[in-house]
Amino acid sequence: MEARFYGAGLPKCDTASLPGHLVVLEGADGVGRSTHIELLQGWLEGHGFAVATTGMVRSELTRKGIKAAKEGHNFDRTTMALFYATDLADRIENEIMPALRSGFIVLADRYVDTMMARGAARGLDREWLARLYGFALMPERTFFLRLDPDELIRRTLRRGGELDYWESGRDIGLAPDLYTSFRKYQALILEEFDRLGERYGFTTVDASHGVEEVQAELRRELAAMLDPSMFVTAHDGTD
Amino acid sequence: MTIREPHRYPGRLIVVEGIDGSGKSTQLSLLQTFLQSEGYDVSFTEWNSSPIVKDTTKRGKKKNLFTPTTFSLIHATDFADRHEQSILPPLQAGLIVLADRFAYTAFARDAVRGCDRDWIRNLYDFATRPDLALYFRVDIDTSVARIMGGRMQLKYHEAGMDLGLSPDPIQSFRLFQSKVLEEYDGITNEFGLTVIDAKRSVVEQQREVRKLVKPLLKGLRRHGLPRSAAKTTVEA
Repeated sequence: MEARFYGAGLPKCDTASLPGHLVVLEGADGVGRSTHIELLQGWLEGHGFAVATTGMVRSELTRKGIKAAKEGHNFDRTTMALFYATDLADRIENEIMPALRSGFIVLADRYVDTMMARGAARGLDREWLARLYGFALMPERTFFLRLDPDELIRRTLRRGGELDYWESGRDIGLAPDLYTSFRKYQALILEEFDRLGERYGFTTVDASHGVEEVQAELRRELAAMLDPSMFVTAHDGTD
Repeated sequence: MTIREPHRYPGRLIVVEGIDGSGKSTQLSLLQTFLQSEGYDVSFTEWNSSPIVKDTTKRGKKKNLFTPTTFSLIHATDFADRHEQSILPPLQAGLIVLADRFAYTAFARDAVRGCDRDWIRNLYDFATRPDLALYFRVDIDTSVARIMGGRMQLKYHEAGMDLGLSPDPIQSFRLFQSKVLEEYDGITNEFGLTVIDAKRSVVEQQREVRKLVKPLLKGLRRHGLPRSAAKTTVEA
């Protein structure tokens, strides 16, 4: 893939040859990002592609620190944006770039969009956020799994899950109760995602459809991006 | 408010900048003692000390995980946390905040490490503009002589060892900090830092520092003074 950055890029980083591909899946918790990444990985590997996965707060450098900060009560929006940016930069330089240089398909469970949306929903300046993430490598494709907040809540709760403190924007005092706060916050996040989609041009996938349908759409898109002829098998691509 | 506009908080923000061995911390500590003895409420914060970021920085240094970009970002994270927790509240409450190193340290060091200058400035755009930013300028020989003569040790990143300029820590420190000094000169003009000739004696410098600070104290509340003196201040 071509090495393009959101802004100034990374100093001292070799971007001469990146035979791999960076593909991002975005969307709220509960839309099925990790399920789809797992299915895509199996499918791609079945066709002989080397696949690496990465996701937010998985960097060796910041994993523990961010986890601890989230458990405390003093994690303000600017510090949060910068801490997550550190996490992303560490993963880009130490995981994503090396994998791309070796020809891997990197499937990223969330990327800059989530961080920009979270920051903007908390009132940070959108241009400041865009410049902050100027070091980030632009993915070849970003898929936004879109689901409206009411459906998201139902899906989460019927699986016995809880509405997460940060995913409900509890830190910014939107509402006195968790349910209302979650709905309001997720609506703000969706608004930001729509804005980001216009700016950076990603593909929105309707996540209210079943897993098979969404997966089939993702596979069609990826096959077209990679080389459709590699995916012509006995199966039609949806297993 | 940004780092380029004057703030409107009732407190005062005074920061010191300079390379290692410039004597800035000594000067700030003397200033703190003086201000406290004069009855002012003072709060102190230093570079790289946020409780929520500290462990990450430590791990990164120990395991040698940093790149110029992550090194820059983790320091900005540390600063953001301190700005929110330790700089803004005392400024809002009308205290004098003394900061040992400020965003300018990042502007100088990260640029030498190869980060884009505009990108670094954007990181710290949220910072409050100091009422007084003192830059303690020394030449590299004076700085090295002070460090070698004292108990101070050359740290890996302070010496710029991560840049591979020289395998010898002292030589690396010289090469790295000389470039940092050049960056500081540009920053001094851009952000209007007040230059202190840090080659002079501690006493001479402190005299100048207090003279520069004095006009800023007007209107600030003092405590622990005899009743009449306190009353005078309030009325003044």
